[in-house]
Amino acid sequence: MYTTDMYEGVHAETIKMTGANGDQINAYLAHPLGKGPFPSMVLAHHMPGWDAWYREITFKFALHGYVTISPNLFFRLGHGTPEDIAAKVRADGGVPDDQVVGDLEGALEYVRALKDVNGKVGIFGTCSGGRHAYLAACRAPGFDALVDCWGGNVVMRPDQLSPKTPVAPIDYTKDLPCPILGLFGNDDTTPSPEQVNLHEAELKKYEKNYEFHRYPNAGHGFFYYHRPMYRQAQAVDGWEKVFAFLEKYLA
Amino acid sequence: MCTMIAEKVMVDGSGKGTNGWFALNQANVSYDHPFNAPYEYALNIDFVNESLGPSARVAVELSESAARELVRTILSALERAEAGGHLPKK
Repeated sequence: MYTTDMYEGVHAETIKMTGANGDQINAYLAHPLGKGPFPSMVLAHHMPGWDAWYREITFKFALHGYVTISPNLFFRLGHGTPEDIAAKVRADGGVPDDQVVGDLEGALEYVRALKDVNGKVGIFGTCSGGRHAYLAACRAPGFDALVDCWGGNVVMRPDQLSPKTPVAPIDYTKDLPCPILGLFGNDDTTPSPEQVNLHEAELKKYEKNYEFHRYPNAGHGFFYYHRPMYRQAQAVDGWEKVFAFLEKYLA
Repeated sequence: MCTMIAEKVMVDGSGKGTNGWFALNQANVSYDHPFNAPYEYALNIDFVNESLGPSARVAVELSESAARELVRTILSALERAEAGGHLPKK
């Protein structure tokens, strides 16, 4: 717990890292100052892009003592404002799952190679980032904890599969190696409460260590303080659950 | 990307972006999260010219009812133009 007599510092900057296929992509890295060793977090940003909110929460995780990296999963689409790049990705139907998993695995390797880390790495994502975090945790060995916040399209109909998204993330559930915390709004449609139930049933079927919380009077993206879907009480409780979960499995 | 509802159509015309007018050649239509409009989901239209880079974009984010009304209004204007003999002869 932070007290006002404590020293606190974070160094945050844009760095280059190796992503899928050996590509050099950029990422935002926030590193707590002090002695360490620190646990680490990889953040999978959401559909609105590698935006200010993701840089802010990268910093937030670092303030809580985690070396945190947020790779720019849209790096290959060119450069401009995060909105302009994300609009292009939205029009193109997203980025390929294999590429995203490779980029998130690269981020995992980047933080693992740092000298003052404790070797434990979690992954967090919201919206499409929740889906991507789930995919990465199942497919890229080495994550020790997973936080999926309202990840849409974990459950997919066959007609939603595409060359970019060839396998529904729920179908990788048997391979999930780590505990998962899921936060969902009951008024959401992606994922709907029914899809969250299907996801939970799959986790139960494979006897996974999971913790799901469903919030009433909340829809999609209820952490986003700059959007009308923000729900103050649910967001405060959700963040508390996130950090309690990470403390339990990564400290 | 959350809804996966996105379509592209080739268009001709001009759009005025942050750097002035440019030639449009594509409209990207989606029903997905908007960046600015105060809705969880919106009907988003990005008028773009990808050859000029990602900033060559004119964006609108509309509520469902506004989008439907806009479609009706566009068709109404075109019908009046046709009735008035203002459309090019085919």
